[in-house]
Amino acid sequence: MTASIATNQTILVVGGGISGMTAALEAAECGKQVILVEKTPVLGGRTARLYRYFPKMCHPTCGLEINLRRIKQNRNIRLMTMTEVVSATGSRGNYSVTLKVAPRFVNENCTACGKCAEAVSAEVANPWNYGLDKMKAAYLPHNMAHPQRYVIDPSIVGTPEGEKAKAACPVGAVDLEMKEETVTLQVGVLVWATGWRPYDAAKIQPYGYGRFKNVITSLEFERLADPHGPTGGKILRPSDGKEAKNVAFIQCAGSRDENHLRHCSRICCMASLKQTQYVREAFGDEGKSTVYYIDIRAIDRFEDFYQNVQKDATVSFVKSKVARIAENAENGNPILHGVNTEGYQRYAVEHDLVVLAVGMEPEITGVKLPDDVILDSSNFIEGSKDQGMFGAGAAASPLDVNRAVQSATAASLRAIQVIRKTASTEAV
Amino acid sequence: MTTANQAAIERYRNNFLKEVEANVEEGHMVKMCMQCGVCAGSCPLGPHWTHSPQKIFMMIRAGKRDEVLGSDSMFMCTSCYNCMVRCPRQLPITHIMHGLANYAHRLGLAPKGQPTRDFATLFWNNLSKKGRVNELMLTLQHYFRNGLVAGIKEAMAMQGIGLGMFKAKRINPMEIFGGHGVKDLKGFHAIIAKAKEIEDRKKGFTA
Repeated sequence: MTASIATNQTILVVGGGISGMTAALEAAECGKQVILVEKTPVLGGRTARLYRYFPKMCHPTCGLEINLRRIKQNRNIRLMTMTEVVSATGSRGNYSVTLKVAPRFVNENCTACGKCAEAVSAEVANPWNYGLDKMKAAYLPHNMAHPQRYVIDPSIVGTPEGEKAKAACPVGAVDLEMKEETVTLQVGVLVWATGWRPYDAAKIQPYGYGRFKNVITSLEFERLADPHGPTGGKILRPSDGKEAKNVAFIQCAGSRDENHLRHCSRICCMASLKQTQYVREAFGDEGKSTVYYIDIRAIDRFEDFYQNVQKDATVSFVKSKVARIAENAENGNPILHGVNTEGYQRYAVEHDLVVLAVGMEPEITGVKLPDDVILDSSNFIEGSKDQGMFGAGAAASPLDVNRAVQSATAASLRAIQVIRKTASTEAV
Repeated sequence: MTTANQAAIERYRNNFLKEVEANVEEGHMVKMCMQCGVCAGSCPLGPHWTHSPQKIFMMIRAGKRDEVLGSDSMFMCTSCYNCMVRCPRQLPITHIMHGLANYAHRLGLAPKGQPTRDFATLFWNNLSKKGRVNELMLTLQHYFRNGLVAGIKEAMAMQGIGLGMFKAKRINPMEIFGGHGVKDLKGFHAIIAKAKEIEDRKKGFTA
């Protein structure tokens, strides 16, 4: 379908998070043809799963909303969801890309009325809440979903549950016969905006993530604080649903560690400082946050944010990398063991909930990319040898939303330059 | 021994880090420590010694030579390797601690009367005599290290275990007459002497 519009003057953006959306928009608004490919059924990526941004503490809904509107209005962008890049061959200005489009089982007729979700009773783990709760197997990923089209989970296709969804649809949008498709495109430039994923916290054995219910990751904490999250915005701990008023934040959980991620993930200090303010917002002076850190790296211009959090009486800082976590079997409280290096006092402190500020691992770790792509020692994309492929946003470096947008804009400009060069050679 | 110490002071002046890098096993890794404190928190013997590993590393960089080489900490290390496994910079902490202990011992600065160090010395002297450990003599020497009365008290307190080991043939009372040894005792002593000579040469100590 879209294959016919792609030429070697087309830019292919891989990944529909904040970076991919930005890169696609900047190029499209300059009049370039862009194909935006996204693996999941919706745009927004990890940004859509945050509760608030630092430093202004505003909601991602706002910024994403603007970008989504720009995308909807722009005719130069072709959006392909549930699509993955299988291979990319060729060279600068002339790539052949093979894409795999997974079946959505819902066609363009969908009006997002939600009748299929009402009819279906089967449930699957909800990836948009990092698996903290379950959702119906016929679902709209989240309220801001673009495209606003339901998805039928493959697990109920070919079962009576799938037939129920089909029967419930008033506009005949459910198509259980959809098959996986393979599409080949010719494009001029590739922008890899494949983003990041949280480092698997279970690999940090002494912290007991996965063994102790009240040890969670910073991303799961975002969902707990979000009104659209599994607890409706109440900070309730997983083991017993009790309000978690005494929260510990452990920095460098996986980052700056030769045994895990070598790099500093940069965002985690600011993310934890931000999250201490969620605790304050929820419980006022009764809330208590403790940040365990090696050194606080409030990147760039955010030192004032750090200073303001330091002034907050409910937040305390302990300069120490926590050695291990144990669990109080009676009340399920995690107990943190370690040594405070400012004064060398040994501590064993109980908290209601422990939040691991997990590091950023490139989403492409373990994925075979074209040979031409150059990666750094942590698998972040530096570019390609023939300068026809670029990394953007968190795929290129561990970045927060603000800096990811800057990085994506820069990648977009480079892509436009390649397209212009290709066009001028062809004219000759 | 004091001469070796004076020579080292003379040679490295105020740069103790350089001295450690040159003379202590894996000493070049000391400067990689970022003071996160995970080793201190991971050490099962942590509460029982004066300086935690990351404190020792900082003291080395601060040039606190006497305090580091006179510390009891290195001798309390049981080689459990907890710190090494968790260290985010992959410092070979256990090896450095043993390297420091060895260096302090050679310079004659290691703490006197430190129990684990005393026992290690006792063990080595016992072992190097015949190439086999004489358990009976080792035990007796250990019990009577603080004099006759204390020794009898300790031996009485432990007699249950002693008798059990005797019944299980883990201790032989006949060992009091010198005990068993390796077949080629002369060869064994030659090996030990050669090894010491090589190590002395490598570490710059003249015998």
